[in-house]
Amino acid sequence: MAIATHERLEVANQIQVVGHKRRTGTWWKYALAGVALVWALFPIVFIVSAAMNPSGTLSTTSLVPNNAGLDNFTELFSLRPYGSWYKNTLIVCGVGAFASVFIGASAAYVFSRMRFRGRRVSLMILLLAQMFPVMLAFVAIYLTFFTIGEALPGIGLNTQAGLILAYLGGAMGANVWLLKGYFDTVPRELDEAAKVDGASHARIFFTMTLRLVMPILVTVGMLSFVGLFSEFLLASIFLKDADNQTLAVGLWSLLKADKNKYFGPFCAGALLASLPVMGLYFGVQRWLVSGLTQGSVK
Amino acid sequence: MKSRSPYVILKWAIIAVVLAGIVYAAGLFAANGQLILVVVLGLIGLAILAVYATRRAVPMKYLLPGLIFFLAFQIWPAVFTGATSFTNWGDGHSLTKQESIKAITQSSVVEVQGQPRYELSVAVKEGGDVATADPVYILTNPQTKQVYAGTKDGLTELSATDVTRNDLGRVTAAKGYTILNGRQVNARQDLDDFTVPTRGGAAIKKVGLSEAYEGKPTVTYDAGRDRIIDHRPEAQGQPAKVYGPSNATWVNVQNPDDRLAQGWKENVGFANFKNALTNDTLRAGFLKIAGWNFVFAIVSVLSTFLLGLALALLFNDERLKGKKVMRAVLILPYALPGFVTALVWASMFNQQFGLINNLTGLTVDWLGNGIAAKFAILLTNLWLGFPYMFIVCTGALQSIPGDVKEAAAIDGASGFRTVRSITMPLVLVAVGPLLIASFAFNFNNFSLIFLMTEGGPFEGGQSAIGSTDLLITYAYRLAFTSAAPNFGYAAAISIFIFLIVAVASWFGFRQTKALEEVN
Repeated sequence: MAIATHERLEVANQIQVVGHKRRTGTWWKYALAGVALVWALFPIVFIVSAAMNPSGTLSTTSLVPNNAGLDNFTELFSLRPYGSWYKNTLIVCGVGAFASVFIGASAAYVFSRMRFRGRRVSLMILLLAQMFPVMLAFVAIYLTFFTIGEALPGIGLNTQAGLILAYLGGAMGANVWLLKGYFDTVPRELDEAAKVDGASHARIFFTMTLRLVMPILVTVGMLSFVGLFSEFLLASIFLKDADNQTLAVGLWSLLKADKNKYFGPFCAGALLASLPVMGLYFGVQRWLVSGLTQGSVK
Repeated sequence: MKSRSPYVILKWAIIAVVLAGIVYAAGLFAANGQLILVVVLGLIGLAILAVYATRRAVPMKYLLPGLIFFLAFQIWPAVFTGATSFTNWGDGHSLTKQESIKAITQSSVVEVQGQPRYELSVAVKEGGDVATADPVYILTNPQTKQVYAGTKDGLTELSATDVTRNDLGRVTAAKGYTILNGRQVNARQDLDDFTVPTRGGAAIKKVGLSEAYEGKPTVTYDAGRDRIIDHRPEAQGQPAKVYGPSNATWVNVQNPDDRLAQGWKENVGFANFKNALTNDTLRAGFLKIAGWNFVFAIVSVLSTFLLGLALALLFNDERLKGKKVMRAVLILPYALPGFVTALVWASMFNQQFGLINNLTGLTVDWLGNGIAAKFAILLTNLWLGFPYMFIVCTGALQSIPGDVKEAAAIDGASGFRTVRSITMPLVLVAVGPLLIASFAFNFNNFSLIFLMTEGGPFEGGQSAIGSTDLLITYAYRLAFTSAAPNFGYAAAISIFIFLIVAVASWFGFRQTKALEEVN
């Protein structure tokens, strides 16, 4: 069953209170922790070093740069439409994540608060549909959007709008269980009190419930954003023109053009590309950990 | 009630905008002859009206947007994938049989000597994209001066008042059409094969930029016998070549190795599935890929879980100072976009310049050798995936009540014994479903494999089966990057993946249920 965050924090405190008080024998734990930190960090150090490496090739990149410069960053922007890639990625992921959260939250509200025929069956169908992720149907998605694009080129292949639509297919099923679990923890009495005061279901949903479940909305929105940020399969099928591409597809094609020569600009681009995702992680880390683990304890 | 009126207006404004968009899109689909899509849009419009214009069906008001996307872009692609897997759809097999006959006979049209040529202006329907819309040939008959619009369906006469000509008699503007300039015409490769059908199997074809001829086909179709007859050898005094239908292609009845490139799409039943399992070459490749696919998914889940759990146990010790900072650093690999990780690790494994060989002094061709590439990928995925397991295991550990461990300590259990008999079972119950989800995710971990190796290396002269191919990268290559795309077979592979993941998940969930009962 779901254990609310504050409850888990209490449990954690209890563990600390009853924990053993022995002081000896922790040095090997520090040693292991040090090894773990090196393991987690060295590729990241490598990226930073490569991005700063003034000659900008893989062959001249070492773990610690000899001298540092920002040449790779300027070269990156002249080499490829990196600014467009960045903008495209933020649009696709931002719109996609926002729409996913809205669709998921609307569905979760209904499944949590209303009782209607077919409710249980619908929830089961949504769960089972997850067995067949949109990614597996990439051939069908391609053929479908090819057909749509013949009449409506604006949402066909090679458009970000089409890609976002394709992503939204899984929006309801992917998140509704996680969201519903959180919605269930908001006391129904609040809804009933609002109803007695004359509020409509729409008013309750938009002005009250959505605010109360904000932590899970942030978590789900962030997970969608990060998931879409790295999505490669559909993005590579959809976005063929260099100006249209997302960071994942664009940076891949840059490195594919010359693995050695463009490594510096690639790492510069990868570093900049990591900023939004890292910012999100550390901005909402507490929400993220409780959101993820809540899913695990259910 | 009055206070809500702005919202009511807003609601109706949104409904109106959405319906207007649907009507506009339906108009475009209708103009393009895609009637099924028009019907689909009509149903969506009716559903929106029925749900939002009335006070009934309250749950539906919240479910409809998600439901439309769910049906259109999850259920439909799944059904369509299933349907495609029973066809031979692919390169040379994308038309119906009738269309293939038409394409073959019309592309064989040759000019009859002495016939006058038409004046030609290439156009598209007004509003269409000059680079991709269906071409329309605006043709002027040299003798009668009558102007026609020729499409892939045939000729229609245009009124002389609707067209403007230049001094040379060429049409420069026509009502309802956009005339292409020379550069735009040159840019369109598809015009070389484009023909306007006329009477008796004859067709009009483009020559140069501004002329067209009406020619006779040299290949004809005998509907009675269902044969394609190629008359071209007759010019050299040899008998015509006769092609009959066989396996969705036209095959020379005298020489089975001589077949026409243009075939047609047809239902092939379970042939794609059967081929994967019985055709010797295909089966060997399929089983090899499926085997590695399992190894990859299972080893990835186990290695990330064990490392994540070990670190979670390590950092669960309240005596450790600076835990917060160290935890944040350990989560860093998870905060890096996955595609960056894959591409950077691929570079680190580079044989000549890569960091791994530089630091260790080795000269291993990591991504060029099958076994080394598999190891490199598993190591990368361990780095990529352990922080997630670390997070969920930390959460699970912290939710274990302290009194349970205390009771174990009082009963004289050692630290190791407590971990094995108390902590592990409780953690497993909590993260079991996540391990299954992780298996399902890794089973289809397209981006990691594709960005690191594209399925390669391709050893032993194998160009279709890579050493690190997963089923999904294999299917992707079949459908999009191979010389002869085979959508039908790729779709069949997708269905196989679905069945494997579904069965594995089912067993997995049964297993965790059993664990829960132990609890």
